[in-house]
Amino acid sequence: MTTAPQPTTPAQGDGDFTSTGPLLEVKDLHVEFHTKQGVAQAINGLNFTLEAGETLAILGESGSGKSVTAQTIMGILDMPPGHIAGGEIRYRGQDLLAMKPEQRRRLRGVNISMIFQDALSSLNPVLPVGWQIAEMFRVHQKMRRRPARQRAIELMKRVGIPAAEQRVGDYAHQFSGGMRQRIMIAMAIALDPDVLIADEPTTALDVTVQAQVMRLLKELQTENNMGLILITHDLGVVADVADKIAVMYAGRVMEAADVYEIYARPGHPYTKGLLESLPRIDAAGERLNAIPGLPPSLTDMPSGCPFSPRCPYATDLCRNEMPELLPIVGEHTSACHYREEMHRGHLQTPEEAQA
Amino acid sequence: MSQPNDDAPTIRPADTDLVLEVEDLVKHFPVREGLIFKRQTGAVQAVDGVSFQLRRGETLGIVGESGCGKSTLAKLLMRLEEPDSGSVRFRGEDFLAMRGEALRHMRRKIQIIFQDPYTSLNPRMSVGDIVAEPFKLHPEAKPAQGVRNRVKELLDVVGLDPDHINRYPHQFSGGQRQRIGIARGLALNPDVIICDEPVSALDVSVQAQVMNLLKDLQDEFGMSYIFIAHDLSVVRHISDRLAVMYLGRLAELGTDDELYGAPAHPYTQALLSAVPVPDPTLRGQRDEIVLKGDPPNPANPPSGCRFRTRCWKATDICATDEPELIVRTGVTQQVACHHAEPNKAVAAEDR
Repeated sequence: MTTAPQPTTPAQGDGDFTSTGPLLEVKDLHVEFHTKQGVAQAINGLNFTLEAGETLAILGESGSGKSVTAQTIMGILDMPPGHIAGGEIRYRGQDLLAMKPEQRRRLRGVNISMIFQDALSSLNPVLPVGWQIAEMFRVHQKMRRRPARQRAIELMKRVGIPAAEQRVGDYAHQFSGGMRQRIMIAMAIALDPDVLIADEPTTALDVTVQAQVMRLLKELQTENNMGLILITHDLGVVADVADKIAVMYAGRVMEAADVYEIYARPGHPYTKGLLESLPRIDAAGERLNAIPGLPPSLTDMPSGCPFSPRCPYATDLCRNEMPELLPIVGEHTSACHYREEMHRGHLQTPEEAQA
Repeated sequence: MSQPNDDAPTIRPADTDLVLEVEDLVKHFPVREGLIFKRQTGAVQAVDGVSFQLRRGETLGIVGESGCGKSTLAKLLMRLEEPDSGSVRFRGEDFLAMRGEALRHMRRKIQIIFQDPYTSLNPRMSVGDIVAEPFKLHPEAKPAQGVRNRVKELLDVVGLDPDHINRYPHQFSGGQRQRIGIARGLALNPDVIICDEPVSALDVSVQAQVMNLLKDLQDEFGMSYIFIAHDLSVVRHISDRLAVMYLGRLAELGTDDELYGAPAHPYTQALLSAVPVPDPTLRGQRDEIVLKGDPPNPANPPSGCRFRTRCWKATDICATDEPELIVRTGVTQQVACHHAEPNKAVAAEDR
């Protein structure tokens, strides 16, 4: 399902962009937080690429570094306590981290845009929503008030808000959760961005509304040929919409692959554990296969593989040496010493091997 | 299944297994307007005529979207809110009529586990004090082996290290805090535990641990659960029977197999079909019903059937006649829909 890199010209904004290569490329990114308890390594060497029209899901539990990844790409990480310790984020070949703040600001919202989880706290409660959407046009395109408002109404219609003309002057609290999320989406896509980052866009919504919003996002992506980074913890939503998946754990990508491949043949014990621990609506099994233990503290990482304390397959090698993210077949990569056995389904726990 | 039967005597000695009988429970919250002279302009019909029964050792799942009244229902069953009308019988006794000592005594039998493990534990109390607090409120239930020993035992039962008895909530992770809440709920050996979204704030890998723990505790101690959740996959794993709530009323009530296998209410069907299945090969093959719009305002619900404004089957009768929750033709569960019809296409099994 991977789309070939498309030589498109950048939508707006300025800068010296190459037209070949991936739309967005993150290389060996390191982000730390300086806290009283010590240095928390939120992201430890993150790598991924995103092409136009492609959906990359970044999957992880709380504390895995998935939201920090989104904030770092957007350039909205709180610094301090955050600190980018190394790496590159290349948008159309240009390193975002090397840009001047002014240059980055011109990209933000124009070329790279973001949807947040909690629409109520992300929208300004004292300004009408129409004004907030129109602000995108007024600020970035120096549009006058009246045409900007007109564009805002068009956008509200596009994202499925009924009676947009009447509601353009309403405030955030007058909308339901699903409608607020649609307003956030309208703001994010206002300037036709190439990259859209959606940080848990449907987590706060009810299931029936969640389906509506996911469907809308997918439609808009196809229409505008956007690269979509979907940050989520929900393995169900991912299976429905993603093209490829990166599974994060303790600030690293543990496994990355095409969506069909990863669900059928997980190449990392953590991914396998996640899939097995999930209650499924199509199976009424009595007991769930929970992953024992807890994710490690970011200030006190275990030596070797960060998953080894919870991994049933862990050996001395795992406890001493951090495995690199290496290919299994094709684009399927895994950071496990035993990735090939895992992928073939032959991996045994130390107890099984002895028996 | 319980069928409405007018001739049934009020006391049913054969049904000693019945722990809780809820009948026609109603709770409306008044909406007041005006700055100085507040007049009541309406009422949020949070719970509006809910009836169900709970047997010993059984788990009843209650699912619904936000605002459907499921948490208000939990509070009513705990008597944290007083209902406007209706009855709750606990082991045949009228729970709502109880006052004073009798009520205090009865409260021991129904306990609750809250959704958010971060706000439901007092940050200034040690874990030992939190779990021992029920014994402070109910001194007559003090364990013979001493409170501290019993607390250690309880911590062990829920899978926490008994040596951590002097630690404070912030030193624990979300899943561990939920275990502390469960230990507190277990302390007085209740007959019924109401679990209000107990795992929705937890990560997937930890959620499975807590679900398994709840299941194990039930097998060991035989209490009944009322398991309130919005996640149908989670409920499926723990419940024996399921009630689907919409705008303060039950839309459908039946066993797990009935509701997941042949849902008959359009709302249940839509809920089931909207649950994403973690299997990309099923993409585009599922029969998805995507509902239009949002749930209506509970202060001003639609006439007749409350779901009709979002329902694709609605006809004139739905606007005028309110459908009763009864066993309809073609199904074995109770459905509150004039056009009830089992839909196997969205059933969970056939996916």
